[in-house]
Amino acid sequence: MPDLIALFGGVYNNYLSLKATLDDARRRGAHEIYCLGDMGGFGPHPDRVFPLLRDAKDLFVMQGNYDHSIGHRLDDCACGYTDPRDNHFAQVSYDYTLAHTADEHKDWLRDLPTHFRRQWRGRDVLLAHGSPRRVNEFLWESTCSDAFLAHLLDAHGADLLFVTHTGIPWHRRLPDGRQVINVGAIGRPANDGRTSVDYALVDLSGDEPSVTFCPVSYDHHRLANEMREEGLPEEFAETILTGWWTTCLEILPAKERHRGRY
Amino acid sequence: MTAIEPVHTPPTLDLQHLDTLWLQVTGTLCNLACLHCFISCGPKNDSHEFMELSQVQEAINDAVAQGVKEFYFTGGEPFMHPEIREMIDAALAHGPLTILTNGILIDDDLARWLADRFHQSRYSLDLRVSLDGTTPAENDVIRGRNTFEKILAGVDRLVAAGLNPVITVTTCHAELGGAEGRARFFDLLQSRGMDKPRLKFLSPFKIGREERRHGGDGGYQPYELLRESDLDDDARDALQCSSCRMVTSKGSYPCPILIEVEDARMGDTLDDALKPIELNHPACYTCFVEGVTCRT
Repeated sequence: MPDLIALFGGVYNNYLSLKATLDDARRRGAHEIYCLGDMGGFGPHPDRVFPLLRDAKDLFVMQGNYDHSIGHRLDDCACGYTDPRDNHFAQVSYDYTLAHTADEHKDWLRDLPTHFRRQWRGRDVLLAHGSPRRVNEFLWESTCSDAFLAHLLDAHGADLLFVTHTGIPWHRRLPDGRQVINVGAIGRPANDGRTSVDYALVDLSGDEPSVTFCPVSYDHHRLANEMREEGLPEEFAETILTGWWTTCLEILPAKERHRGRY
Repeated sequence: MTAIEPVHTPPTLDLQHLDTLWLQVTGTLCNLACLHCFISCGPKNDSHEFMELSQVQEAINDAVAQGVKEFYFTGGEPFMHPEIREMIDAALAHGPLTILTNGILIDDDLARWLADRFHQSRYSLDLRVSLDGTTPAENDVIRGRNTFEKILAGVDRLVAAGLNPVITVTTCHAELGGAEGRARFFDLLQSRGMDKPRLKFLSPFKIGREERRHGGDGGYQPYELLRESDLDDDARDALQCSSCRMVTSKGSYPCPILIEVEDARMGDTLDDALKPIELNHPACYTCFVEGVTCRT
């Protein structure tokens, strides 16, 4: 059983931050690396993430709602937005990603597992995309009560739960010691004014699992330039260059919205 | 030959999990008497009275035991309640809270207090202010004379205190739900200093005062009832009553819409309502067809 495990989600076509994340996790000594899904959307050149994700022996990749949609060649990403503006931008990036993902990669996405279960030093660990009960459920820090998180852990038999899907990382240790971690996304900054992105590193060497969010810098100027060259919305490039979300704003709860610029 | 009356068999819907507890903290008592109110709230409607603080606390405790995710306060007008601040603190101790209000009773002191709770609480405290038009003429014909300015004055005070309420619009004026209507609201709210305007649109329910607003023609048609065959798994998941319950001073109900509907009451306490429901009310048809959720 390795002591160090890395987890990330939300690649969003960002092959540059994906490479930087994998390099950083391996450099720190992570023996297993988990990707919790959503390879596509937002960024340029969808096919460039797959050589990094496929066939790496230390990497376990899960299907998110985006991967399900691309894999099954559906009409939209099923991200769960409710606002017309959010849906407009989501559709722009979905149509682009669907059109620029090779069939063999679509098939690979279609056949990915939707959950991982592990035993880490006697603890039951569950890895899911949105939540254990719904692939596109948003688990935000400010809108998940302790009671609800305890219910999810009880209902799904887990001591440790990792999710992604929202794009903003957080970590909750419940009074009984069980933990829920949203690993955030590496494809887009976390709406905090930093251009770096985060992944989660779990250290199992102590009495209980210790979770650290590791910031990763990458050549975000190059990514923004490539997004513009591909004709993707300027709003997306602005987010990459400033660290502030310009789209997907209406799904944010009041607290998370308050922290952002827009 | 004898005509055979078709028998209506309503679908049964399980409570998958109690995600949302609604609390009708001020019952049907309101400082306004909006013409579209589906539970006919107003200054004189005490069909559901104010909840006691102890009732609110008990329902919150029962919900926490079920693993509830979030709380919503509504009425009537929640800020009419003399113990609303204690109720807010009771909810925020256990989870995120959204309060549905018309904003009129929010003075500077209350706005500052709410902003303090917004910043201090580990959970989200959100406000939803109802407004039914972008002009006094459009709004006041629904919500009452001079309410447009009074509501926006309350919004102004919240914004001045640093809060960013969601403006909730019932699409009685159908055009407001379209792209142009949204743009008009965004313009209005930005002109009031809201640099991150947030909007929610809700379809009207053709019951209560909304039914009477249209004379004899405002109610549901006989065909507007759900049948078992209407609902696949996704449709069941999407119905808010698969994951919410409502508690008022009179007992427990499936959802916020049905508290004045005969036969909808499920029992005395929240625990009495943790069971399947029959979707045999015409309002259920609106939730299904329009995809309505009272959540933000």
